[in-house]
Order: sequence, then C-alpha cells, then structure tokens
Amino acid sequence: MNPRRKKRLTWVLVLVVGVSIAIGLMLYAMSYSINLFYTPSDFEQVEEGKQPPQVGQRMRIGGMVVEGSVDRDPETLEVSFKVTDTGPEVTILYQGILPDLFREGQGIVAQGELIAPRTLKASEVLAKHDEEYMPPELAEKMKGIKHVNPNQPAEQGETP
Amino acid sequence: MWRWLHPYAKPEATYRLVDKLLPWFAGLTLISLLVGMVWGLAFAPADYQQGDSYRIIYIHVPAAIFSMGAYFGMAICGAIALIWQIKTAEWALPAIAPVGAAMTAIALFTGAIWGKPMWGTWWVWDARLTSELILLFLYIGVMALYAAFDDARTGAKAASILAIVGVVNLPIIHYSVEWWNTLHQGATITKFERPSIATSMLWPLLISLLGFMLLTATLVLMRYKNQLLKHELNRPWAQAELALDSRESAEETR
Repeated sequence: MNPRRKKRLTWVLVLVVGVSIAIGLMLYAMSYSINLFYTPSDFEQVEEGKQPPQVGQRMRIGGMVVEGSVDRDPETLEVSFKVTDTGPEVTILYQGILPDLFREGQGIVAQGELIAPRTLKASEVLAKHDEEYMPPELAEKMKGIKHVNPNQPAEQGETP
Repeated sequence: MWRWLHPYAKPEATYRLVDKLLPWFAGLTLISLLVGMVWGLAFAPADYQQGDSYRIIYIHVPAAIFSMGAYFGMAICGAIALIWQIKTAEWALPAIAPVGAAMTAIALFTGAIWGKPMWGTWWVWDARLTSELILLFLYIGVMALYAAFDDARTGAKAASILAIVGVVNLPIIHYSVEWWNTLHQGATITKFERPSIATSMLWPLLISLLGFMLLTATLVLMRYKNQLLKHELNRPWAQAELALDSRESAEETR
C-alpha cells in the first residue's frame, strides 16, 4: 500500500474509533434517560447519583404482571394490578382497555403519574412480549401452561 | 492477494460482471421470496400468544436486518472510495442508499403495524425504534450529501465520510435491546444461542431472510448498472452497450 493510501486509511480508522468513543461515552452518560421505563427494583436499589422515583413524577414502569393481582371493577373499565421484577411490587391503577397481549405473568409498560410511593395512576398500558415464538401445542408441552387471556371469560380457554 | 479485484476499478469490467450476475440474483430472489412469503404468511403455524399477527415477522425482521446490512455495505464502499479513491466504489453509494432507505422504511412501517395490535401503540421512543429511525435519517443524509455539491467527486467524498461515521449506529441498533430497557423485545435469531423460535417457524423465516438479502442485492445491482452507464455515457463501451440494447428492443417489438 502506498504511503498516501496508508495515511488516508489511518485517518478513516481514527475517525471511526474517535466517533465510536465519543458516542459511546455520550450514550453511557445518558443511559438512565435512554431507558424507556423504570423497573420496580429501581424503587429500592437506586444506584449512586441517580434519583429514585418521586411521588408526583410522570414516569413509565415496566415489569411482570403479578399472577392473581388483576382486579377489575365489574361496573366500569377500572382495573388495578401489581407489577414486579425482582424488586418490590408496584400497584398500577388504570381506566381503559388493556392491550390484547395483557396477561398475568406477561411483561407490561405503564405510563402515568406516581400518586403514592408504590402506586402509579396509569394513562397508558402497553404490553411487552418476549422474543419467543412457537405454536400453541408446543407452548403447552414446553411450558405446561395454557396462556389464558384475562380479557376473555375463562370458559373460552384457549386464546386465538 | 487482492490482484483479482484490480480489474473492477474499471467501470467497463464492473459493468460486465454486474450484467452477468444480475439475472442469477433476480431469478433466485423471485424463488426464495415467493417460497419464504407464502410459507411464512400462509402455512407456518400461528403463535401461542400473538396468533396470526406475528406473521409480520417474515417481512419485518428481514427488512430490518438488511437495512443494516445494506448500510454496512455502503460504508465499506465509502471507505474504499475514500482510501483508494476508486470511482466505481463512489458510484455504489447512490446505488445502495435508496434501497437501504426503503428497507429501513419497510422495517419501521411493518414494526408500527405490528406494534399497534400487540403492544398497543404505533410508536414509542425506545432505544431500538429511535436508533432505527436514525438509520433512515443517515440514509437520507448520505443521499442528500452526495447530491449537494456541484462537483460530483466532492459530494461522493462527503457522503462517504457520513456513511463511515454512521456505522457507529449499527451496533447501537443491534444491542439497544440489551443495553437499555426497551419496549421492543430482544433478538430472536441474531444471537449466538439457539434461536428462540420454533423450528416450524424458523425455516420460512430463514428463507425470507435469504429472499430479502437477494432482493436487496438485485435492486442494488440494477441501480449500480445504471450508475455505471450514466457516468460513462460518453465512453465507447457504454455507447456500444446502449446501441446493442436499443437494437435488441427494436427487434423484440418488430
């Protein structure tokens, strides 16, 4: 390789490495803001230099819906449930239609206002699904569970 | 070692190669895309949670992967154009950019129409979705910069630099779902462990991936062929090529 090309190659490499480091540091510094949601553990083990969620704060919380915690008002669309990860349980209050994928044991992301240290009044509930795809028969065999949609009466059993 | 590559700095040799490859790519694209789409969209089993809605994976994932693949290819062409200053590498940028941008747009669009029924929203500003949107802007930036100078070679140089710098975004897109909390789920097949998708669903996905790869390549080759002709319009070989083409089409219509 002749020296002029070598010099240009060096420049290109320096450019890529330099930009990578700059962007890397920037993203690392902003990582707490880039996260889409707080997890329930963020309420307890707050890392140094980071603020725990405050009452009155608008925020998103993401976690698994605790089995058996979904409590519906039979008269209205009001619903309350608890989410958790490995940390404490956080109660979500919501009024509205839940997404089709909303199930107990399923991940969700709720956006709203923290009205008590462990209670979020949600204005939006989104379902998070995992990266696993399989036919229903295989899911039953492997996981031993039929995924029952709490949005539908239990007799119907199988989800579409 | 690289001696076999040397002839392709010459537009005519590159044109001959592309011309030879194109029918193969086009034919294989048609077959694999047809098999992948029909198998995936009509015959693969429904998902245990998402039902039939998950089928959009057969378009969404291949488009997303090759939006990134095309970008990487474009950046490599940009690096070759900058370091070795080969014209044929410069012309690859405007050939690749619109195809890659289209793939990115397809990935974003199918993602949105998948997100609405499953997540409950068309769009969230999570790291995966945002970084993929930035990829679209990078493509548009490369196209705009390439065309922004009176001197085409200056434009090519500027676009090459942007293309190379933008490569930093590719690992960010890929690892965004691991580095940060996102609504988007983790990787299903682009990881070192076993794919987290049943075999009966994986096969059509792999064929769709092949189909989209070949589709991207075919479209790029078609555009690249035009770029070569356009830049070499006044050269005898291009004139001969065009004369041959018009004679053939005249005979066909006769």
